[in-house]
Amino acid sequence: MGVEEKGKVPLLPSGVPVGSKPHATDSTLFAQGRPKPLSLDESVAFIKNWFRAQSLNVMAYGTGCGSIELGPLGTSRFDMERFGITGGPTPRQSSVLIISGYLSVKTLKRVIRSYEQMPNPRWVVALGSCTINGGMYWDSYSTIKILDQYLPVDVYVNGCMPRPEALIAGFKDLMDMIKRGEANGYIEYQNNLDWYRANQRKVIKDWNLPEYSW
Amino acid sequence: MELLLQILWSSIGVLIAVAYGLLTGGIVRKLFARIQGRVGPPVYQGFIDLGKNFFVRDNISHGPMFYFGPALRTAGGVGIFLFIPAIVGWAPGENFSFAGDLLLVMYFMFFGSLGMALGGSAGGHPHTPIGAGRGLSQMTAFEVPFILAVIALVADTGSFSVHDLTLAQAGGFLEWNLLTHPFAAAAAFIAMLGMNGYAPFNVVGAPNEIPVGPMTEYQGGFIATLGTGRAIFAIAKMILFMDLFLGGATSILEAFIKVFVIYMWSVAVAAVFPRYRVDQSMRFFLGWPALIGVVAVLLALF
Repeated sequence: MGVEEKGKVPLLPSGVPVGSKPHATDSTLFAQGRPKPLSLDESVAFIKNWFRAQSLNVMAYGTGCGSIELGPLGTSRFDMERFGITGGPTPRQSSVLIISGYLSVKTLKRVIRSYEQMPNPRWVVALGSCTINGGMYWDSYSTIKILDQYLPVDVYVNGCMPRPEALIAGFKDLMDMIKRGEANGYIEYQNNLDWYRANQRKVIKDWNLPEYSW
Repeated sequence: MELLLQILWSSIGVLIAVAYGLLTGGIVRKLFARIQGRVGPPVYQGFIDLGKNFFVRDNISHGPMFYFGPALRTAGGVGIFLFIPAIVGWAPGENFSFAGDLLLVMYFMFFGSLGMALGGSAGGHPHTPIGAGRGLSQMTAFEVPFILAVIALVADTGSFSVHDLTLAQAGGFLEWNLLTHPFAAAAAFIAMLGMNGYAPFNVVGAPNEIPVGPMTEYQGGFIATLGTGRAIFAIAKMILFMDLFLGGATSILEAFIKVFVIYMWSVAVAAVFPRYRVDQSMRFFLGWPALIGVVAVLLALF
């Protein structure tokens, strides 16, 4: 049996030292209140989110080298269709946009256009290290480094490159988040549109489209 | 009162047909997946997709015609279902069958492609006119063997009523038009491959070519309406084939089984054949199937 060192108090899983007086807000030790039944709005939201999560439609748009990992997802080895995930080439019918790997500024323009054509609710899955911190393109003059500054990312799948299993795990995480009502990147994008637009304007010098399309 | 009751029964029938169409679609997806060695989506995936499409928040419209297209397509499916007897000899399943319903139903069959052409064109996407043009031209091609087959049956039975054509086959499967009119049946069942739009005749929304076809600009609730329309359209066409060639049905269970078996014919063909180009598809339908149809008409007349 472990002999505790003198003067070192063991900690509970919640990080509270054993023997100390439990804090009143320590939620791991005390229930915060009686369980409440869901209200009507919450029930409707739950049903909607359940349907949305069980039927994801991925937009067939590969931005970088990671798109090579998207092909095997439809094959018999990985088979994403068993989770109800299908691919579609039109943004109007898609709900998930995968940024697969590095994203050059030139592609970012098209990605923004495609993302804004997708109907709400819509989610972004960022694939690979390049979308998190630039990855191996950290000093490139033509790629963006942190995707979250330009589009709201719901799920990151890191690696270089992540295997299709990792992407499926990311999809499962996204489905759980949608069911819990936590995948709200599209609402963030609407609420902070000015901030996102400013960041996009900073890198895209030649938009080549009328001003209203901003 | 009788009319009101019939409206009630037929409404329930439409709902059952939609549910059965969605379920059959799910089974077909599962079947294709198993053929390709995949697990495949659950068989109730069609219902989930429908619900999800109804719960999409934004719907972008491109004018009144954009709404009209899916409505016309769904109306065509419901129309076919309502004007042919689903279950012969049982009042709730007879629907609104009348003397010349076969002519009306063949007119309704154009509604699907026509709705897509009208509605999709309002969206302005370049894939729309290509897909709609392909759909309409293929339709004019496969209507030829189908209409020849129908003419053969009508000439032999002497009636344009689906109800009468079905009753003429009463008395066991040896009386079915499938066996008594083999040439007409062959022409019609080959035409059905084009009607259902599975491979090798999936030129309208050809994958990797004009991927979604005429529906590229549709989303959310529109897609849900189109999915409902497609489900009932598929089932209604199968009921028509069941009435014309497989002696109709006398119970709901029999109707379910026969419709499913007829549907599987085009699925079995689709599972093993790649896609035709649109000109090849038209040449195919105007070749041997049309000739078989002519033979069927000649046999019926002389």
